[in-house]
Amino acid sequence: MFETSLTSNDLLFLLKGAWVTLELTVGAMLIGTLAGVLFGLLRATLPRATLPLAWVLDVFRSVPLLIQFVLFNALKSIAGLDISAFAVGCIVLGVYAASFCTEIVRSGVLAVPANLRRAARSLGMSYWQDLRHIVLPIATRVAFPGWLNLVLSVMKDTALVMWIGIVELLRASQTIVTRIQEPLLVLCIAGLIYYVMSLVVARLGARLEKRWQEND
Amino acid sequence: MIEIDNVYKSFADLEVIKGVSLTVNKGEVVSIIGGSGSGKSTLLMCINGLEPIQKGSIRVDGTEVHAPGTDLNKLRQKIGIVFQQWNAFPHLTVLENVMLAPRKVLGKSKEEAEALAVKQLTHVGLGDKLKVFPSKLSGGQQQRMAIARALAMSPDYMLFDEATSALDPQLVGEVLDTMRLLAEEGMTMILVTHEIRFARDVSDRVAFFRNGLVHEIGSPDQVIGNPQKPETADFLKSVL
Repeated sequence: MFETSLTSNDLLFLLKGAWVTLELTVGAMLIGTLAGVLFGLLRATLPRATLPLAWVLDVFRSVPLLIQFVLFNALKSIAGLDISAFAVGCIVLGVYAASFCTEIVRSGVLAVPANLRRAARSLGMSYWQDLRHIVLPIATRVAFPGWLNLVLSVMKDTALVMWIGIVELLRASQTIVTRIQEPLLVLCIAGLIYYVMSLVVARLGARLEKRWQEND
Repeated sequence: MIEIDNVYKSFADLEVIKGVSLTVNKGEVVSIIGGSGSGKSTLLMCINGLEPIQKGSIRVDGTEVHAPGTDLNKLRQKIGIVFQQWNAFPHLTVLENVMLAPRKVLGKSKEEAEALAVKQLTHVGLGDKLKVFPSKLSGGQQQRMAIARALAMSPDYMLFDEATSALDPQLVGEVLDTMRLLAEEGMTMILVTHEIRFARDVSDRVAFFRNGLVHEIGSPDQVIGNPQKPETADFLKSVL
């Protein structure tokens, strides 16, 4: 018969960890999306002038996230900044997400046919009206699948914040593993929780995409 | 009145318009015919300032189109343009496509803009497609929607840039009928077209473009029926 010393309290502990994972994901994606939309628009409309921005973002896109966490955390201590580990997690993940989101938004904006923009301008619409009513809605539809991928990838990357002392889902499961010595079971449960969270996000996204596709 | 005076236009090193002068009066329908690369489509883009020019001047009702201080957004409100690729906004319904500019540019209320759009769409025979997305329409229907979209701005001038060239042959007729209707209503129009018979039917004047210049211009019967220049005759022979 299958026996385990995993208690319902442990499960609750895991779920609390999962909640932190979700909070981190939302915080990071909020920062990443806002900055990504702004930077992506700039990159698409002023490719030459914003080249330095691209170089900076490339650094965040290329250096492993773990290194970024450790470096930023150390920098925080050296500079004597009084911010919580959770905020550090959100900021580092947010900047990381922004570097990817910028490229996603940029490609979405560039995918809007120049002819459509001409048609909008020919009707007397201003640059900003064209951007707001033609470019952004169409670019959003193009960029959305890539953005959704980013959400799922960031959700899993939140696991790395355990190195700076935040108890999220993975850290919670490790704590339990250390105590009850049943790594397979606990990791399976943690994996399942990640899977379910991803599934919900992916399904919500797919529903939105389907609604757009019925029109286009 | 549209006054085009000795206009030159190049794309990088390629000079496509080399000193074109042409005046289009109120209520007149002028067709521009000619081979591809003769600069006829480019001229239309210059008239409403979508493309800059290098030399010369274009005046619309006395307003210098390419002068630095000209409010192009305002000017474009009275110059409707219909493109070869109909350029329907894919994320908006047919009704919304037509309503957008009257609402955002002219500042009309939702009700006003909707009434206006319904009127124009009915006019071009799309009164039963209001809530449909453009992707569900045929090319001819999308092009008629594009015409309605331009007309909803109550323009004084309509420019047609090979409006039927990208359509399947059986869909050309419905778009030409819509254009004919407009011409009969007295709209001032410049048509860049390969539909020579149509041009002969509806135009007051026809201009034959060649190598970035007006090679021959006159009444349709003159230019198409009895061309004076051998190049015009050759071109007509090749397309008719």
